[in-house]
Amino acid sequence: MSKIQNAFDHGKAFIVFLTCGDPDLETTAAAVRAAAANGADLIELGIPFSDPTAEGPVIQGANLRALRGGVTTDKIFGFVRELRRDVRIPMVFMTYANVVYSYGAERFISACRDMEIDGLILPDLPYEEKEEFQPLCREYGVDLISMIAPTSANRIAMIAGEAEGFLYIVSSLGVTGTRSEIATDLSSIVKVVRENTSIPCAIGFGISTPEQAGKMAAISDGAIVGSAVVKLLEKYGREAPEEIGAYVKSMKEGILAVSPDL
Amino acid sequence: MSKGRFGIHGGQYIPETLMNAVIELEEAYDRFKNDPDFQRELTELLNEYAGRPSRLYYAEKMTRDLGGAKIYLKREDLNHTGAHKINNVLGQALLAKKMGKTRLIAETGAGQHGVATATAAALMDMECVVFMGEEDTVRQALNVYRMRLLGAEVVPVKTGTATLKDAVSEAMREWTSRIADTHYCLGSVMGPHPFPTIVRDFQAVISREIKAQLLEKEGRLPDAVIACVGGGSNAIGSFYHFIEDKEVRLIGCEAAGRGVDTFETAATIATGKLGIFHGMKSYFCQDEYGQIAPVYSISAGLDYPGVGPEHAHLHDIGRAEYVPVTDEEAVEAFEYLARTEGIIPAIESAHAVAYARKLAPTMDKDRIMVITVSGRGDKDCAAIARYRGEDIHE
Repeated sequence: MSKIQNAFDHGKAFIVFLTCGDPDLETTAAAVRAAAANGADLIELGIPFSDPTAEGPVIQGANLRALRGGVTTDKIFGFVRELRRDVRIPMVFMTYANVVYSYGAERFISACRDMEIDGLILPDLPYEEKEEFQPLCREYGVDLISMIAPTSANRIAMIAGEAEGFLYIVSSLGVTGTRSEIATDLSSIVKVVRENTSIPCAIGFGISTPEQAGKMAAISDGAIVGSAVVKLLEKYGREAPEEIGAYVKSMKEGILAVSPDL
Repeated sequence: MSKGRFGIHGGQYIPETLMNAVIELEEAYDRFKNDPDFQRELTELLNEYAGRPSRLYYAEKMTRDLGGAKIYLKREDLNHTGAHKINNVLGQALLAKKMGKTRLIAETGAGQHGVATATAAALMDMECVVFMGEEDTVRQALNVYRMRLLGAEVVPVKTGTATLKDAVSEAMREWTSRIADTHYCLGSVMGPHPFPTIVRDFQAVISREIKAQLLEKEGRLPDAVIACVGGGSNAIGSFYHFIEDKEVRLIGCEAAGRGVDTFETAATIATGKLGIFHGMKSYFCQDEYGQIAPVYSISAGLDYPGVGPEHAHLHDIGRAEYVPVTDEEAVEAFEYLARTEGIIPAIESAHAVAYARKLAPTMDKDRIMVITVSGRGDKDCAAIARYRGEDIHE
């Protein structure tokens, strides 16, 4: 069993996404540490891509800011090695297939193992294409995370049955970004997931308030927040880590309020 | 290996949210492509509405002037809406209608595909939203007006380089947010399976006609077929029925912009490397970390950092040749065809004309070359005048 399971061992998990290098890697490091210190159970580190087709305006902005700041895959690898000296919670990379492919899949995935990156989320790599990286991920012990969408319907069982690490359930149609309301019948999706796998599932896309996080965690194993954290970085820049710490604390409390520690 | 492969290229590298949509599209296409009623309806639209078959015109003056191969022009510029784009759009719009969709979305570069989609939507009573890079809405202001006149909403895309690739990304994002009633009418032989196959099949009418028309006029096949390549839809349409005829040279002309040795180029096969983007594995202009390059061409329709997967495969196996053509060469060819034959080609198509001007004199007089004039150049006149230093605005 991978280390990702550790994120779900203490009750419902709170998962934080941020884009590496937005606005610079020092700030990203401080933000990750602040999130971990305030109850984040797993960190998704975004490696920026020039054309992030699954992202809404907020995370698109973060990708561009980071690239403009001169961040590269190699610089991010160096930063993660540094971060791993004291940050022990599970961490995964979230990026696009071309970032992994162009680096050389084996070179990229073996580096993940060396720097203790536990998983890989690639939103443009559906079930049908996972053979592109799955064999290498298995070889190097890196979980290739699968996603389930509101439109997955008859595909849920197939995807869940082969999923590794945790399942990323996309709460709504469209791209990433905060939403005032989430209308998808997520309980039914989670039910089918549970029938087909024992690995945990967490819900993301559109979550920004402690109440929403609590609701989502109550029907699954955790909540994922990206755009709301990135907005803090956009607003506060290098001063954001402190704000992120406070925000993560409130979100974690929102989750624990509806699903207290086991 | 997943579906929709051309050698190692192609595939379906898209978010899970879109997977059932492309599966539904593939199933519908498989059902209708061999349905006689669907084909009859499409043929009638192509003939009666779009004006097919398009002419295969013997360019006698150009032939004499260049002093080599006999030159024929496949006049896709004479189609309704002024380009080959209508062939694909009528097919996809009809398919979408049969699937019960009520709304078409599309990306556009030069605006030709956007105009064609807006036209089909007007004809078939469908809602239409076109995504166009903000930069291109300025370069091709007339086409923006045409789309609005036809009842479409035009959304200027401000992200990234604000050109064609960003319009594609934004159309994909829009599709993930609204699938049930919406068909993404993709304009080129690119994106995830089944688009490269569907668009190719709808554009293959070009080579089917060339073959029949030339057999009638000359009693034989051409020695070379030349077309411009951005994503590559008019080129694959022009090549398709000749792929098995190994003696026919197939030549795709890429936009080199200010030259393949500069960063201001869009010549993907000349300067790109293998990658995964916009739903497909193919060649892309990108940096060492896989960041997609901000490409450049004077032609908004060829200003794309990738190329369709079937072209990538035809390149790999050596069946088609791909050559870069600069802005300057294309502009000269634009002016040349206007003066020599009284035909103003789209600046995209002028890239093919430019290479033909180099190639024809090297071929014997008993050789035959077909150039696909993919679109008409009215939309480009103001921009070319500005390129030549005349301050003309539409």
